[in-house]
Amino acid sequence: MNRFAELLDRLVLTPSRNGKLTLLTDYFRSVEDPDRGLALAAITGDLNIAAVKPAMLRALVVERMDPVLFGYSYDYVGDLAETVSLVWPQPQGHIPNHVPTLAEVVGRLQAASRSDGPRVLARLLDDASISARFAIIKLVTGGLRIGVSARLAKQALADLGNVDVAEIEELWHGLAPPYTELFAWLEGRAEKPRSAALALFRPVMLSNAVDDNDLEKLDPADYAAEWKWDGIRVQAVCEGGVRRLYSRTGDDVSGAFPDLAATMNFEAALDGELLVGDPREATGTFSDLQQRLNRKSVSPKIQQQYPAFMRCYDALQIDGEDLRALPFAERRKRLEAFVKTLDPSRFDLSPLVAFADWETLERLRQAPPHPIIEGVMLKRWDSPYLAGRPKGPWFKWKRDPHTIDAVLMYAQRGHGKRSSFYSDYTFGVWSGPEGSEELVPVGKAYFGFTDEELREIDKYVRDNTIERFGPVRSVRADRRNGLVLEVAFEGLNRSTRHKSGVAMRFPRISRLRWDKPAAEADRIETLQALLDD
Amino acid sequence: MAFQRNAITIQNESAVSCNRLPAANLATMFKAMRASDLLKPRPEGLYCPPGDFFIDPVRPVGRALITHGHSDHARSGHSSVLATQETLDIMGLRYGEDFAGTTQAAALGETLDINGVAVTFHPAGHVLGSAQICVEHGGMRIVASGDYKRQEDATCLPFEPIPCDVFITEATFGLPVFRHPPDHEEIARVLKSAAQFPERSHLIGAYALGKAQRVMRLLRDAGYDRPIYIHGALANLSEYYQGQGIDLGGLEPATVESGSKADFAGAIVVGPPSAFADRWARRFPDPISCFASGWMRIRQRAKQGGVELPLIISDHADWDELIITIKETGAEEIWVTHGREEALVRWCELEGITARPLHLVGYEDEGD
Repeated sequence: MNRFAELLDRLVLTPSRNGKLTLLTDYFRSVEDPDRGLALAAITGDLNIAAVKPAMLRALVVERMDPVLFGYSYDYVGDLAETVSLVWPQPQGHIPNHVPTLAEVVGRLQAASRSDGPRVLARLLDDASISARFAIIKLVTGGLRIGVSARLAKQALADLGNVDVAEIEELWHGLAPPYTELFAWLEGRAEKPRSAALALFRPVMLSNAVDDNDLEKLDPADYAAEWKWDGIRVQAVCEGGVRRLYSRTGDDVSGAFPDLAATMNFEAALDGELLVGDPREATGTFSDLQQRLNRKSVSPKIQQQYPAFMRCYDALQIDGEDLRALPFAERRKRLEAFVKTLDPSRFDLSPLVAFADWETLERLRQAPPHPIIEGVMLKRWDSPYLAGRPKGPWFKWKRDPHTIDAVLMYAQRGHGKRSSFYSDYTFGVWSGPEGSEELVPVGKAYFGFTDEELREIDKYVRDNTIERFGPVRSVRADRRNGLVLEVAFEGLNRSTRHKSGVAMRFPRISRLRWDKPAAEADRIETLQALLDD
Repeated sequence: MAFQRNAITIQNESAVSCNRLPAANLATMFKAMRASDLLKPRPEGLYCPPGDFFIDPVRPVGRALITHGHSDHARSGHSSVLATQETLDIMGLRYGEDFAGTTQAAALGETLDINGVAVTFHPAGHVLGSAQICVEHGGMRIVASGDYKRQEDATCLPFEPIPCDVFITEATFGLPVFRHPPDHEEIARVLKSAAQFPERSHLIGAYALGKAQRVMRLLRDAGYDRPIYIHGALANLSEYYQGQGIDLGGLEPATVESGSKADFAGAIVVGPPSAFADRWARRFPDPISCFASGWMRIRQRAKQGGVELPLIISDHADWDELIITIKETGAEEIWVTHGREEALVRWCELEGITARPLHLVGYEDEGD
């Protein structure tokens, strides 16, 4: 238990991806079964423990200590799980003679009935160290929130066994905690687990961006083009009555899209884009799609207002026949025929874009027929469906990004290699009537510049600081003083969380405009005009 | 010695008495002196009217008694200073030899008479040279703790509980959330991380006086025998500690001259926390920032400061140490100062001990 607690403590404060991977692989390497598998399940969200409500936790602690002292403590710390882990009084004369393993903790929590759950929890807390108490409370209150995605945990497993992460993703849904056979395979002690489970995820085929000189070497006749839809890449798999909708990293997202999942009554594995709207009438915008994202449960009203559908790109399997080795042209024919048999309000075909030469396609790319299109895809007619990102068969050719000139407002210190540099920048644009313009923050970016530019901005931040808040500095930014940053971004959403009312997608610094006076930076109206309605 | 015997009597009295409050009232009735006449807060600091001296004054005064060398307690410019020899030495290192008009060294456990007030310094276990100051007059004994801790620390003498009528306690970590783990466990975490990330350097932020040397000593005790790289701000004080017989092993300046960036791979570097935000830190390869402080108990605090590896190592008493110390002094009355007074006052109330916050200004121990 203590090693799991220590892992959580480290992960939550480690910002770099590589740092997290090292911590995870070290943990998986040094901890034995079944503890490591349960830890893995806790991180990927596959561990089932009946939840304890925060109010119950609070009640348990004030039975054991002065409520006023608890109140002072909670006010100071601000986080209930952390406060309870710190103030929990060990019973008088109680010296735990054994540190429970993660398996014992999970076992006792899973065996507890609803009525004696709190008592079991209290006994576990009595026996645990402060860090372990925090970990236990996180397990029972649901959601570790340690900044580690299921995908990253799978990457750590891949690193551990020196295998491709696609192999882990393909196996994943056929496995269950504590994943003993998975670890045995990764450590070379056993064969790769064979799963008899149905409707497994198939690793997705990805594309490379078109580089400057790529196209002149390619023959347009070798490639099909289709629109690149900016929704969520999904895989719909139905096998023997089991239906699953996967994200492109193999997470099961069926629960978030019950309306779409309900109409998946076929025997196939399809690759496509999840979008909202009715494909026979109109495709929704990205803002519409956002209504369906990051929701644990979806109300019937939302489902009706923003129905989810799938725009199909490819067929990986139909009626039990694996099609992945066939050329794209052949798979496409099968797909066209198959989509006709599906519910037309929930499934349609991603249309091909006819073009004779690259110049024609370039014109089409720059003026797509729908705001949710972010460019075109090029797929070699003869390409099989391959896992990962092979170089050559598939290309994405994105619409050029939007750019805006904004003024640097706040800078935050980075981590690791950048730990003494102010490397995360919040920038704003002008708003308000002429003569009393004010900057409103519209986004934050932390890449896009060279190391040399980073040093220059860092110096600028240090020389122009007006206030400090922990690792953040606010810099001089008014009509006469300020650093103008050209910011590139992919799109703009409405946002109720930001004062400006807009949120940028994928913003990055494209150029430093040392030459441009702050007063000439863009106004908020320029951004508002880009919002899709 | 008479001191000690007398003290034990007081402690025994309070130990047998089940109902403390009436006993306390009775005791106070026989005192010729009220506690608040012996020591009282003034803007300059804690003042003793009969002795005409201040304890840890924050502004220049005539006579100052100083508990320890941290800059919020030990300031320059007093006409005369009474402190332990180590504290005087440290003040000399920090402010220059002429930091006060005259100085006098107080030997631990030896009672001095200042205008009829008996004054004795006792070890406080905070940093090298740190002392509690016991002030006694007219049958009333008050102990001002200064800053103190109860955890063992190889770089200074351990705290001694001194029985007294009034105990003035610090409360930097006066909340039940502050529970410092054993310091060797924290050091083990740095060493583990250094093994996990051999290509990176570990930068440990530590207060220049006391904490930095304690961290180095803990590294040595844990068997770390490579050179420890230090920031220039620590050089004088660390050398002084070494001169006092506290072995810190091989220390090397963390300067660019001493090596290229790659030479700091796997290195442990100790410096004042402020330096890590500075350009100074750029000479190290992909550093992991560590901070040795009691504040690191709170995750959000670590997160806000950009600390990746918090080390909960403190030179102040944690909650459990505060309450055990209050009990051990047997004091009838507790004055609580610099820190989170309200929680400790509340705890005293629940225990039936008279307590009040002493609103002294000017002490900020954010450095811990």
